[in-house]
Amino acid sequence: MHTKTIAQLSQGLKDKEFSSVELTQHYLNRINQSQLNAFITVTDDLAMKQAQAADEKIASNNANILTGIPYAHKDIFCTQGVKTSAGSKMLDNFISPYDATVSHQLNNADLVMLGKSNMDEFAMGSSNENSYYGSVKNPWDVTKIPGGSSGGSAAAVAARLSAFATGTDTGGSIRQPASLCGITGLKPTYGRVSRYGMIAYASSLDQAGPMTQTAEDAALVLNVMSGFDEKDSTSAEQDVQDYTANLNDSIKGLTIGLPKEFFSEGLDNEVADNVMAAVKEFEAMGATVKEVSLPNSAYAIPTYYIVAPCECSSNLSRLDGVRYGYRCEEPKDLEDLYLRSRSEAFGEEVKRRIMIGAYALSAGYYDAFYLKAQKTRHLISDDFKKAFENVDVIMGPVSPTTAFDLGSVKDPVSMYLADIYTLSANLAGLPGMSIPAGFAQNLPVGLQLIGNYWSESKLLNIAHQFQQQTDWHQKMPQEN
Amino acid sequence: MSLSEEQVGQIAYLARLSLSKKELESNTKDLNNILNLAEQLAQVDTHDVEPMAHPLHMSQRLRTDEVTEKDQSTLFQSIAPKTGKDHYLVPTVIE
Repeated sequence: MHTKTIAQLSQGLKDKEFSSVELTQHYLNRINQSQLNAFITVTDDLAMKQAQAADEKIASNNANILTGIPYAHKDIFCTQGVKTSAGSKMLDNFISPYDATVSHQLNNADLVMLGKSNMDEFAMGSSNENSYYGSVKNPWDVTKIPGGSSGGSAAAVAARLSAFATGTDTGGSIRQPASLCGITGLKPTYGRVSRYGMIAYASSLDQAGPMTQTAEDAALVLNVMSGFDEKDSTSAEQDVQDYTANLNDSIKGLTIGLPKEFFSEGLDNEVADNVMAAVKEFEAMGATVKEVSLPNSAYAIPTYYIVAPCECSSNLSRLDGVRYGYRCEEPKDLEDLYLRSRSEAFGEEVKRRIMIGAYALSAGYYDAFYLKAQKTRHLISDDFKKAFENVDVIMGPVSPTTAFDLGSVKDPVSMYLADIYTLSANLAGLPGMSIPAGFAQNLPVGLQLIGNYWSESKLLNIAHQFQQQTDWHQKMPQEN
Repeated sequence: MSLSEEQVGQIAYLARLSLSKKELESNTKDLNNILNLAEQLAQVDTHDVEPMAHPLHMSQRLRTDEVTEKDQSTLFQSIAPKTGKDHYLVPTVIE
């Protein structure tokens, strides 16, 4: 059962080949046997209750296409009555008193939550090594990282521990782990999916999206995740389309832009070969290819690593040991309570980014860092605007290399540099995808698609057409 | 530009973090490396460029000024580290 896509599982449930209870139990067994550390919390009892309710709906013909499908929910989304840790010791005792809008939407769609998936602490990381609950292992090679920050979600889908997963992407956190684990991941346009109840890291960049086996599945999930939400003041008042409607459109005549800056030094040769082979496949399907330039893309790294820490230092100031979360033992005064609660509960990378933000926002440095970064961000965004005058979609690598060894990158700056191809879409607010496009050194390689604002439907169509011609998305790691 | 350990300690304090001697050493090195990376921004010509405050250049949506939240203080306080008489309790600030 676990090899099936959402679309196939939905058909199986409808045809009574299996029940949601059987399907859910099957996934829960797989999770229990798994050594990947993909989950922080497994919600067995809740899952079985939701599965029973789903089966009743199916029996009474009240089901929708997603009724009874089991999924993994990134532990950054608040889930009422269930621990929501964001991968941090700070929230290890946090039982959310409310549901995130995304959680609410998934519940309304009669989906079955198997558990909360592992992640880098507060979504800060590219390797999932910054989780308080330990690293997640890459299902293709357990000595490698799964990518981050949605590493648990990516590993769960790749190892078929869940039919799909939710993720969030601030600088690549859906696309990069999707690429390194060989699955499909979509980061929608900023404002497409509500951020209400999604624990904030960098509010002007954070965006949630689906992580699935196929583009068709991503379309099905995006259909229920997206939409205007008055509870999120940055939510866009943009109509939701049926994202499955254009999946089968021909892509003949599609113009693909390849940014020359995405194929320069630092890109692994085998990764580049895989990406170019995928582009050739599109050409064979009737697309044309043009070189484009994103001249400021190299500055995406310093821009992001100022803007995101500034926003994080502000967002994480709410975590002070007073209203919820971790409080140190026997604080001697209020200042001691703040200092020790925060110092004892935040991990190294989170502390680093808070300090960078506090510094970059401080008097005397604001203009040189934060303001300068926000101006450069404008230039990065304008580069895309120019490129999209001539092309329909931009393609390139997601990550410069395949998954690296757990524990092998110790220097923060080296880790940041690996985010080079994903950051600019977040800075501009554009939608991006990673789709499986081959293997290098026996590890998955993703192809990145970046589209214009609100072009999710087009991206899913392009990805779906590619998946009709290739079988990379069907490849599965061996059981471990 | 290079931050000293003393400056890093001050930044940490501003962010209400306290660092051990060892953490101070490693963070001074890491923060300086990150700021060196950030200094690449000085090479960008941003003359006459507006800062980008919102990815979609939208202005903040406002709603009518009406109370929409119901009182959930009991629920919210049920997960607080320490409460008493409907208040969040912290060590005494003023005797």
